[in-house]
Amino acid sequence: MSNAEKQMMPPAVAAERVAAGLAARHGRERRFRIYGRIAIGIALAFLVTLFVSIFSKGIPGFFQHYVTIEVTLDRAKLDPAGDLSVQSLYDGDARGVIRKALFEAAEASGRSGRKAAGKIISQGAEQRLRSAILDDPDILDTTQSMTFAVDDDVDSFLRGYIKRETPEKDRRINDKMIGYIDTLNEKGLISFRFSDYLIFGSASRNAEMAGIYGALVGSILTLAVCLVLAFPLGVATAVYLEEFAPKNRLTELIEININNLAAVPSVVFGILGLAIFIGIFGMPRSIPLIGGVVLALMTLPTIIISSRAAIRAVPPSIRDAALGVGASRMQTMLHHVVPLAMPGMLTGTIIGMAQALGETAPLLMIGMVAFIVDVPGSVTDPGTVLPVQIFMWADFAERMFILKTSAAIMVLLAFLILMNAAAIIIRKKLERRW
Amino acid sequence: MNQQGKTETLVSAAIPDETVGNVFVDNPRIKARDVNVFYGDKQAIDRVTLDIAEKQVISFIGPSGCGKSTFLRCLNRMNDTIDICRIEGEIALDGKNIYAPDVDVVPLRARVGMVFQKPNPFPKSIYDNVAYGPRIHGLAAGGAELDEIVEMSLERAGLWNEVKDRLQQPGTGLSGGQQQRLCIARTIAVSPEVILMDEPCSALDPIATARIEELIDELSSQFTIVIVTHSMQQAARVSQRTAYFHLGKLVEIGETEQMFTTPQHEMTQNYITGRFG
Repeated sequence: MSNAEKQMMPPAVAAERVAAGLAARHGRERRFRIYGRIAIGIALAFLVTLFVSIFSKGIPGFFQHYVTIEVTLDRAKLDPAGDLSVQSLYDGDARGVIRKALFEAAEASGRSGRKAAGKIISQGAEQRLRSAILDDPDILDTTQSMTFAVDDDVDSFLRGYIKRETPEKDRRINDKMIGYIDTLNEKGLISFRFSDYLIFGSASRNAEMAGIYGALVGSILTLAVCLVLAFPLGVATAVYLEEFAPKNRLTELIEININNLAAVPSVVFGILGLAIFIGIFGMPRSIPLIGGVVLALMTLPTIIISSRAAIRAVPPSIRDAALGVGASRMQTMLHHVVPLAMPGMLTGTIIGMAQALGETAPLLMIGMVAFIVDVPGSVTDPGTVLPVQIFMWADFAERMFILKTSAAIMVLLAFLILMNAAAIIIRKKLERRW
Repeated sequence: MNQQGKTETLVSAAIPDETVGNVFVDNPRIKARDVNVFYGDKQAIDRVTLDIAEKQVISFIGPSGCGKSTFLRCLNRMNDTIDICRIEGEIALDGKNIYAPDVDVVPLRARVGMVFQKPNPFPKSIYDNVAYGPRIHGLAAGGAELDEIVEMSLERAGLWNEVKDRLQQPGTGLSGGQQQRLCIARTIAVSPEVILMDEPCSALDPIATARIEELIDELSSQFTIVIVTHSMQQAARVSQRTAYFHLGKLVEIGETEQMFTTPQHEMTQNYITGRFG
């Protein structure tokens, strides 16, 4: 023991040495904290920039200009067959009726004046008038005050993107149109209000009529297919690999491949879908069914990995308890382990779904980028999805499409945030202590 | 000389090839013969032979890592869940080898129940905890019968009076000692013949421990109980026979009284007098 005493440092010396190094130690800690704050600051700055740019462009995208005019709904003109059939309404001259009302309101006269004034109103006005008649045939033969969207160029002018000072030949609307717009404006007939086209409209080459409804339905159908396939498959795979599979070369290989799949670029899954479903099975292009299958393949690794982590997190004591009273392996799994792992599995699934919701590349490969006006009614109808719609709009030059692109991005972001929030809520709600 | 060296000399008293003491009893419930257990290449249990008598408490003692828990878990094949675990030899329950290929572990574990070191109630209600075993084995014909089983089990586990008004509350909300008694109630609810207890009191305070020991005493009139414990006092208090394990070998086995007063092997003596372990 005497040997040990010789080597021991007196406490006073030790305390002195500790004190000497203290300042440097505190300094290092302070610097570390500062680095952390700088990193967070930079990340936040990027996030704020992103949000400011999206919101500043996106919020105006939720609104557009409308013109309200008194339309005389002449039955003979609008419904020549008199049976209120769609065919009859299409044969009728809705366009003429609207133009007549518009000319009166804008006080347009002469051939060139009428031509100019006619461009103020959106081409979607006729369809809107026909639907109004179908909804309520009693309005025929009366005069109704009706509101129609203005053309996207007029909208851009009203927003100030097209400037009055620009020489006439350089702008998309001529002086005559500006005169009529001013007239309508003076009469207070032009209003700036929430864009119903954005929410209830479908894909359209006319910016003022374009909306996300079709893409949203497509997204929901695609995600539904994806969820129905990926969740049971993923959970079953995770349960089998974690609890039942023998540990051998084959299962090791499967495990490695699942982990690798998680890192495969999503476009590769699109090529796979194209080759197998469209190439070999000859299924139609652009349908949410194939989109969902492709996205399910893409989300499977995420779900499997998170489900396995959730299963592994269930304490072995619970398994022991169940086995100890004579539960079979399957009963142990189904009665205890899976319910306890469910919050983790659901969280992984929702995060996988959110990923799938924002995915574009694989869907381009299977043709979901087609221009489809109809809203898909089932998973086998051609359709598109939100991110692809955004991608397509971003390609168009019209000013209004830029606004609508940002608005659609906001809708997509809102859905993503909603899904992630759901994941957090589910985790908190179902989380149990043991 | 340091502590390490001292311990080594105490342990180095040769582990006997043959177990000292009387391994056989007149009325054996479980007969283990030449049991070897391997974890991969490592041998955890080395040729253990012993009898466990009917309606008696036998305690397994020994230093950490001596294989007593491993051996206990062999008795209801809980080691089956460990992939690398391999068992040789024969363990017979009522004359039938439980490792025979035609034995189904599900009814075996219903006959040989187990209570674990850490109280591990299911994160379900107190009622469902106790009712789980009878439900999966289909013991009760109806709800009333199930209620009766639950009440009887909780009563036998000495927990009924404390929980009868809150059967639907989560079992995890009970105190540690109550949770362990709940686990005992859950085990006896399927009417086993043998109860294995793996250090059932190691996570409990002395008062809760005393209650469990009392309970073990009461239960021994009906069940054969095997208890692994670190506390020699506990072994002395609750068991009629004691087996001392060391490094995977059964060193000595005998009547508890005789083991603690006149141990025959030097290592047993060193261990129970607290000179190492």
